Amino acid sequence: MKTVLVGMATCGISAGAEKVWNHLLKLVEEKNLWSEVKLEKTGCIGMCYKEPLVEVRHDDGSKTIYGEVDVEKAAKIFELDVLKGKTVEDLVVYDYGKKGEADLFSKQKRIVLRNCGIINPEDIDDYIDKGGYTALEKALFDYTPEQVIEEVTISGLRGRGGGGFPTGKKWMFTKMSPGEKKYVICNADEGDPGAFMDRSVLESDPHSVLEGMLICAYAVGAQEGYIYVRAEYPRAIERLKKAISDATERGYLGNNILKSSFNFSLKIKEGAGAFVCGEETALIASIEGKRGMPRVRPPFPAVSGLWGKPTNINNVETFANIPWIITNGALKFASMGTEKSKGTKVFALAGKIERSGLIEVPMGLTINEIIYDIAGGIKNGKKLKAVQMGGPSGGCIPAELCDTPIDYEEIVKTGAIMGSGGMIVMDEETCMVDVAKFFLSFTQKESCGKCTFCRIGTKRMLEILTRITEGRGEEEDIPKLYELAEKIKSASLCGLGQTAPNPVLTTLKYFLDEYKAHIYDKKCPAKVCPALVKYVIDPDKCIGCTICAKKCPVGAISGAPKKVHVIDSEKCISCGKCMEVCPKDAVYKE
Amino acid sequence: MVSSSKEIKDELFSRKLRKYGNERGAVIPLLQAAQEIYSYVPKEVISMISEATKIPQSSIYGVVTFYKQFRLKPVGKHIIKVCQGTACHVNGANEIMKAVEEHLNVKEDENTDDGLFTLQSVACLGCCSLSPAVMIDDETYGKLTPDSIRGILDSYRKNEGEKK
Repeated sequence: MKTVLVGMATCGISAGAEKVWNHLLKLVEEKNLWSEVKLEKTGCIGMCYKEPLVEVRHDDGSKTIYGEVDVEKAAKIFELDVLKGKTVEDLVVYDYGKKGEADLFSKQKRIVLRNCGIINPEDIDDYIDKGGYTALEKALFDYTPEQVIEEVTISGLRGRGGGGFPTGKKWMFTKMSPGEKKYVICNADEGDPGAFMDRSVLESDPHSVLEGMLICAYAVGAQEGYIYVRAEYPRAIERLKKAISDATERGYLGNNILKSSFNFSLKIKEGAGAFVCGEETALIASIEGKRGMPRVRPPFPAVSGLWGKPTNINNVETFANIPWIITNGALKFASMGTEKSKGTKVFALAGKIERSGLIEVPMGLTINEIIYDIAGGIKNGKKLKAVQMGGPSGGCIPAELCDTPIDYEEIVKTGAIMGSGGMIVMDEETCMVDVAKFFLSFTQKESCGKCTFCRIGTKRMLEILTRITEGRGEEEDIPKLYELAEKIKSASLCGLGQTAPNPVLTTLKYFLDEYKAHIYDKKCPAKVCPALVKYVIDPDKCIGCTICAKKCPVGAISGAPKKVHVIDSEKCISCGKCMEVCPKDAVYKE
Repeated sequence: MVSSSKEIKDELFSRKLRKYGNERGAVIPLLQAAQEIYSYVPKEVISMISEATKIPQSSIYGVVTFYKQFRLKPVGKHIIKVCQGTACHVNGANEIMKAVEEHLNVKEDENTDDGLFTLQSVACLGCCSLSPAVMIDDETYGKLTPDSIRGILDSYRKNEGEKK
């Protein structure tokens, strides 16, 4: 029996995996090969940049992943590899260590992503075949709740949502809180722009998250749980629903789980689009049906959470680590990583790199190793400028500091934070003032409005940044930015406000010259900010095709057919249309 | 025709209300259900939820206006969400947004004149490796250029034309 797997996470489907799947289905049906070929859907293996991916597995254990597959290529792969056992060399992206994108995986260590892209996320048996739910069994029958918490504590696992609080300690607080009724919540409100690891885990291996939550519920003494998922992730919600119903049917969820006295039921709550709901007290308010606004802590949710009951909240990635830790032992987990940051961390790599996608690396690896050894370096041979980590709460780490190891404390030293694991790589064509403005406009829009400095302070900062990028910056703008940043940090209630100025502060710290160029020279060195960029036509390249003149929305381009065209910079609104349509790349920015 | 489909929708929502109305924290799921049925949150729904849950209408309006998901006005047949995430931003999300605006002659949070599309922006679709990305209804499109998004929009229009 040969197995053909098609990557059907959101990344795969949006790249066209559904067409490939349907075509393969047709081929198997037409030739009636159901007894020979097994077609399977799978999640995301992390090579998002090569989607759609098709993997062919043979009985002898050999397996090959093909990338950027379309209907035509799928037919070829089916004809040659599936039916005749001949590898289609020119389409191979990975053949498990022999060749292809070997580097991508050689420095990775997959714990959270252990099953992603390997199993069918919609088939509970696939998960069970890979040892799924044995950790739950072990926890329920071999360990007391205290022993489970001790294992998690020894493992050194820290909250992967970004906070980095020791998970074992958090569980202990909930366990020790008095009260019969307790809750476990999985925070799947992945809102950081640039982070998609939670989506991928939920879409590719939902049972690992359920199992982690079950073990947690047993340890802290909870009977009910919620998964709070962003509504923007319809496929993740769909797969979670199926996973919950399958797990309930098999006796992993519900009453008397695995014939023990442990009961646990699970519900999905869909988020309604508010970034601040990633903050735990705001998230709880949202589940209770209110506006998702954070409140003062203490009391912490471990003492008084959902409906006032002790509640343990962890993020998707944190829960997905748990079954592995229970199965393989806390010491094995703790043997990986640095002194204070143990285990592995999943990163969503995006931006100007060759291979964007999802990776999982042991803590302690440096950012440079991730960018160059795993992600294949910067696209189009450009130079690395900075790496943005931690989303709107984080900051930009400049290229010269990219030898920093992946470690909660080391990253904080740069002014960024580990965050949930979004890593956006920026090259020399990225304007850092524009990036700061981008994050500020994000937090400004998402501020819930409860704290004055967060609500109005971020608005004022955004106004200043907008002014600077439009060439209207003033001398006192930089001191004003610093002053506002300090006040917003100290006078905001929750993490959203307290960290909102970070993207501005890190760019000011490392890229002050760029701010100065905008303010004093009225220039955008990266040629990004439209108001400071001039579009020019290279007379040597222009063939006078007139396309640019026809497409210019303001009639700023003149020139006769077959003659060199000219842009009137007075009329030009820097929309970039001419550059986009020019067939000869004759338009450039100055 | 129109009235009967409204009746069906009302009945659908009443069922949801009977099922969840008494549950704690039901307001948001009920609003989500209403939006799924009507494509927006009609005023009458808010008073119905208020009656069933005994929560004042003012609080429910507070919830509706807090979350980005909810709309108090009807939307077009297809909702276009242009991703504004970091990766999309550095890879040209602005150009994509501009292309959509120009091509459909519509601004953010508005409907097209033919009622076919509603344009929105979204913080991040989590498809960063395919940036810039756009979601139309539940379908995600990645690695877009201004040209390719125009083509995609045209294909939606074409499909609608054929249906007619």
